[in-house]
Amino acid sequence: MAKAVALKAFNVIGRDDFWRGALSIAVFLVFWEIGSRSHALFGVAFPWVSQIPAPSAVLRELVILVQEPSFWMSALLSTLRVFEGFFAAMVIGIPLGLAMAVSRTFYGITFPVFEVLRPIPPLAWVPASIIFWPTQELSIAFVTFLGAFFTIVINVIGGAQAIDVRYFQAARSMGSSTWDIFRRIILPATLPSIVVGATVGVGITWAVVVAAEMISGGGSAGSMGGAAGGGLGFFIWNSYVGGSYTQIVAGMISIGIAGYISSAVLRKVGKWVTPWLSEG
Amino acid sequence: MTEASPVRVLNSEVPVSMAEDDVRGVSALTIAIHRAWLWLRSPRPYLMIIGFVLFIGFWYLAVEVWKLPRFSEMPGPTQVVREWLSRNPTYGLSIFTPEYYLHIWVSTRRVAIAFFLATAIGVPLGLFLGWSERFKQYVFPVFELLRPIPPLAWVPLAIVMFRGSETPIIFLTFLASFYATALNTMLGVESIDVSYTRAASCLGATRWQTFRHVIVPGAMPFIFTGLQISVGVAWFSLVAGEMVSGQYGLGYVINTSYTMVRYPTIVIGMITLGIVGYVTSAAVRLVGDYLMQWRTRELALGGDR
Amino acid sequence: MSLHPAATRDYPAVSTQPIRKGGVRIADVVKAYGTKEAGILAVDHCTFDVPPGEITVVVGPSGCGKTTLLNAIAGFHSISAGTIHLDDELLCGPQRLKAPPGPDRIVVFQNGALFPWKTNIENVTFGPIMQGALSRAEAYDKARHMMADAGLRGIEHNYPGEISSGVRRRVEIVRALMNDPKILLLDEPYRALDSLTKSVMHEALLEIFYKNRVTIFFITHDLEEAIFLGHRVVIMTTRPCRPKKILDIDIPHPRDYSVLTTKRFRELMDETAAAVHEEAIKAFAAGEKER
Repeated sequence: MAKAVALKAFNVIGRDDFWRGALSIAVFLVFWEIGSRSHALFGVAFPWVSQIPAPSAVLRELVILVQEPSFWMSALLSTLRVFEGFFAAMVIGIPLGLAMAVSRTFYGITFPVFEVLRPIPPLAWVPASIIFWPTQELSIAFVTFLGAFFTIVINVIGGAQAIDVRYFQAARSMGSSTWDIFRRIILPATLPSIVVGATVGVGITWAVVVAAEMISGGGSAGSMGGAAGGGLGFFIWNSYVGGSYTQIVAGMISIGIAGYISSAVLRKVGKWVTPWLSEG
Repeated sequence: MTEASPVRVLNSEVPVSMAEDDVRGVSALTIAIHRAWLWLRSPRPYLMIIGFVLFIGFWYLAVEVWKLPRFSEMPGPTQVVREWLSRNPTYGLSIFTPEYYLHIWVSTRRVAIAFFLATAIGVPLGLFLGWSERFKQYVFPVFELLRPIPPLAWVPLAIVMFRGSETPIIFLTFLASFYATALNTMLGVESIDVSYTRAASCLGATRWQTFRHVIVPGAMPFIFTGLQISVGVAWFSLVAGEMVSGQYGLGYVINTSYTMVRYPTIVIGMITLGIVGYVTSAAVRLVGDYLMQWRTRELALGGDR
Repeated sequence: MSLHPAATRDYPAVSTQPIRKGGVRIADVVKAYGTKEAGILAVDHCTFDVPPGEITVVVGPSGCGKTTLLNAIAGFHSISAGTIHLDDELLCGPQRLKAPPGPDRIVVFQNGALFPWKTNIENVTFGPIMQGALSRAEAYDKARHMMADAGLRGIEHNYPGEISSGVRRRVEIVRALMNDPKILLLDEPYRALDSLTKSVMHEALLEIFYKNRVTIFFITHDLEEAIFLGHRVVIMTTRPCRPKKILDIDIPHPRDYSVLTTKRFRELMDETAAAVHEEAIKAFAAGEKER
């Protein structure tokens, strides 16, 4: 197993495009470093970049943060919130989407309302959500749910509608019941779209969670108040309020990494669930 | 020697299509009107009405009739509508107050600036990323590096980097919009059937000519789908940014309405956001439909035969 | 070419005569994909001539490598060994494994490659305008004439998505002919059409050929189509492909569909059907996937 990983790594490193990518990332980091230190180096501060802390400083900060348990607590809290909302969105969204795809009447009734609510950004729901739900956690979870929900439903409907009608005809001619058709044709055929919807949805969920945490932790007028606290979004906001810029960037990077890992995990799960797609 | 009649087949007039209607010279407007008329005759408009009645009806009943505990503090639909349409609104915002339009204008302006900037930079970048393998190898990793960071996570940094209160918000919105546009454009280029570029090179086109006449038009459908997503994402980021650090704007309205306990205004803000978001997205779609006449007509005729 | 008895050869020697306008000489071409250990041989020492001014049809089971040959001539794929000449000019060989694509060898693609975002006439005038060979006005003029000649009058300003696929093929052929190519490369162009449309398309192709006398290199898996259209039919083995049998069709031109029921046609089918069927069975056994 280790040998296979080592071989794969060796193959990747041996490729030209890997080095080109690595080169540009290195160049990017160098420019960033120079830009941040431009005042000290050239006596003239570059317009926007000079306000950003240098990568070297951020790296040092990250090393410190990684050793602090409270940081990991925040990360865990954010991740938990993401998966709460995401899971709820899947559990409600997939059946709803399938129902809408299967029944024209149901679709006709629900889709217009759905389409009218969809353009409203999830964050605009935050105040309404706070008014409605008893706890802060639940209100964040609801907004998070909304973020992923619309994407998942749209993808499920799209996937189900694209199923070739001949599959149904073949199944019927072989005597399948409606339940069988649902289980063995509609569900598997829609899985790839569900996976796509999920991968996109998780990204949106992260964005919403971070936003909700920032808003409830601070906001322009300390509006949402409360001790919802914790979470990486709140961490970033706090760092800003406390004036620690390196922490801001360190927090951003951490969120980026967390988001990337979530998407990667989902993609792996997606491949496992749809093995037929990777063949041939 | 067989009876040779070399001109037999080619002399006949070509039937343009096998569709029942002769669509030669039919304008896009006519097609649109025809489809609208078909829609009206289907059950769909009536189901739609049922859906809305159920939704609003439930809201009304839950808040104003049954007075369910969860809904106790929420404004009901009659309250919202009355406030929205009143000449002298209790909380200061209705379709008759100029502030209402000011907020809409401020938000829309921010989205417009960010969106157009994102399109102007994102589309060419996406086109090059898709077209040149080399370029992609250099640029894409850096692009992907920054992408997972959610727009709102940039807020503090943006505030630190840019002076003033407008620029950070527009920057945020631009960033989210830019990524969506660039990515979809790149995908659009990559999904162009290789036969088209091969045909172009057979016919003597240079690389640049192929880019202009094949790649750009060929990627257009994807580009416009990306632009619609991009508009949606722009609104998403804008509202987030406005709620955190704005003055004026619909996000700001919703935020302050909450702190000042003006609940019906919250709903007004949300509904307005929904409408404006829908309108901007539809506008992008319509521009796309107009620019890609060839596609609208093809789809109207039921696609490939 | 028309009156001597049918000549079937099993493996031709490379001719030493110079070739004129549009003739292609394929000599000992090999195309291999992948590495030495895990490679696929697509074309195995393939040698035959495509005579100028004639229709040469290559028949073979799906996936045997005939499209690879066409792509090599067109300049989309490289070859691994051997040479391909067009009219004494080297297209690709040991020094240059990949020919540059160009308007002297134009391909008509299997699924059609008319640009959907341009009108038919914009498509047709694309080549000369891009090359700067004709001015816009001249190109449009020539296009209108050629389209009318091919029975395509009236659809100049429609989009390809608005016309049927059979008509689209014809427009694509006219688009190619506008550039006075030396050779037209047709990659199973009628594969996706129903057989009724196909028969009309065959006659249309022949009419266009009679008017333009361009060399045609045509790939198909349909033996009947091959014998009907071709002056010469090359039957390929299954992958890796090489010519199994070469047939000079002595049915005189101009031909029309009544040719199908003649005794001579049936005789030619009988001679070659066995060879084609044998390769088809081999391909099936090898589990060739449809490309």
